[in-house]
Amino acid sequence: MFRLWKGSAGGDRGGAWFLAALAAVAIAVPVLNLAVPASSALHISAFGITLIGKYLCYGMLALAVDLIWGYCGILSLGHAAFFALGGYAMGMYLMRQIGPRGVYGNPILPDFMVFLNYKSLPWFWYGFNHFPVALAMTILVPGLLALVFGWFAFRSRVTGVYFSIITQALTYALMLAFFRNDMGFGGNNGFTDFKDILGFDLHADSTHVVLLVVTAAALAASYMACRAIVDSRAGRVIRAIRDAESRTRFLGYPVESYKLWLFVFSAVIAGIAGALYVPQIGIINPSEFSPINSIEAVIWVAVGGRGTLYGAIVGAILVNYAKTYLTGAFPEVWLYALGGLFVLVTLFLPRGIIGLFSGRSKDKSAAANATPVE
Amino acid sequence: MSDRDKRLNLEDLTVSFDGFKALNKLTLYVDPGELLCIIGPNGAGKTTMMDVITGKTRPDSGTAWFGNDINLLELSEAEIVAAGIGRKFQKPTVFEQLTVFENLELALAGTRSFLKTLRARITPPQRQRIDEVLDIIGLSRLRQAPGRILAHGQKQWLEIGMLLMQNPELLLVDEPVAGMTPQEIERTAELLLSLAGEHSVVVVEHDMAFVRSIARRVTVLHEGHVIAEGDMDKVQNDPRVIEVYLGV
Repeated sequence: MFRLWKGSAGGDRGGAWFLAALAAVAIAVPVLNLAVPASSALHISAFGITLIGKYLCYGMLALAVDLIWGYCGILSLGHAAFFALGGYAMGMYLMRQIGPRGVYGNPILPDFMVFLNYKSLPWFWYGFNHFPVALAMTILVPGLLALVFGWFAFRSRVTGVYFSIITQALTYALMLAFFRNDMGFGGNNGFTDFKDILGFDLHADSTHVVLLVVTAAALAASYMACRAIVDSRAGRVIRAIRDAESRTRFLGYPVESYKLWLFVFSAVIAGIAGALYVPQIGIINPSEFSPINSIEAVIWVAVGGRGTLYGAIVGAILVNYAKTYLTGAFPEVWLYALGGLFVLVTLFLPRGIIGLFSGRSKDKSAAANATPVE
Repeated sequence: MSDRDKRLNLEDLTVSFDGFKALNKLTLYVDPGELLCIIGPNGAGKTTMMDVITGKTRPDSGTAWFGNDINLLELSEAEIVAAGIGRKFQKPTVFEQLTVFENLELALAGTRSFLKTLRARITPPQRQRIDEVLDIIGLSRLRQAPGRILAHGQKQWLEIGMLLMQNPELLLVDEPVAGMTPQEIERTAELLLSLAGEHSVVVVEHDMAFVRSIARRVTVLHEGHVIAEGDMDKVQNDPRVIEVYLGV
């Protein structure tokens, strides 16, 4: 890991700043919550922590989108589906942890199953009472779906807008499926009323603090992994595919397999983000699959700056901060603001907010990145 | 009468598209280290011949041997590249967002799999090879420049450089000087001449002045077969060539 970090820090000043800021948040927020008295103006409430945790999860989703869109030109308009699947896998664990403390007091069946007259636990719920199994599923389920979906799509050379449309259809289909009560995932209510995770009370500030720190660490690790990929020779092949796909194929590179592995890795990051999101927010339901969520994630990346990785995360945090503020202050204008923002960024800031700061140095930094690590 | 000491042996190749014979019993040899220019009017079969050599088109009849032991008609396009035949297309496509150095790096012979390129590092011999090629194509000073800022001629040279990274024995170069300035043409002539000897080079070109400046041997194609062969003066004075080109 250290080597990765060293390798990436060389040509990646923005990333180094981003990781430093992330570390500062991961240290300052717990201190401001646990050590500063609630009466102080500097105190961060449990709500504040949850909010920051949510932003960081969205940052991970944006990172996943930027990895495939910014570097390989694959525009997925269904990435929130992987996020939601990771969230559901974690939600299943949290539901099993409630045990007999549910409204109906059934030690095995979650409340919604009792309510829907389930007689026994469906087979796909087996094992979710074990945390390691649930954790593995948050990675495996999004990863496998991406593998199968990507295999068919890339092998058939579905590209560009057609790929975007079928990813949109994928997330929409999943939303409709998860809305059905007999799917065994709680229908439109989804999962909520979680009690604890690994024995820690989900209503305690300290649990939220730990979840926030874990989320920050996961975001940092995902960032470094993505950076290592895009800075490797494979990363250069990926950018070559983005710019001239058939030329890359002509050089002998198996373009489909590059796309597929990148897509799967990106889906896994999105799934982990979703798994971290659910215990902090306390609810997961089928609306997480709604197409608008995936589109919003793309807007975060566009606003922050495509093809920089950290720009995507910054974009996710800023847009969601604006969303939190605007949906509170002027709820009816939010969607117009989001749409307007996207139009403005596309027209005037093609390289996003990050592009404002890096200025004309892009060519220089690209050249610096290109210098192979000795 | 096949003579398998040649680098490339094409004999009696015939390709027809819907009855139209793009190649009509074409027989052509390329010597090791030779620079051969192929000229001919539109539709003479130049591109089809390149397509047959690179495996893109399969002939109806005839043989195509690379050296005396590689039957090109049995190999796939990728296998032909691996066997040592590199082709430069008319329109240059370099990777615009990658640097000149990175363009050459991706063209390096070697591993192509995702998991391996994830960890691949440039070895000293590979770096040396890239430096050599940068020198040959005259882009050493632009090694860190992104492909998109290169001039048209420089892109053509970079593309030739990318072919050289795979160290092919035979280079097929399709219209290398189309759209170039006179200085670029001159530079390209030097480049191709310097490659001959170590590699066999086949150049297809319309620009007669350019062909005259580089060709030792010229082959004229017309309606799918060879109508004249020899040095430029001989070919230009050949009555059949004059007839074909001037339509007398």
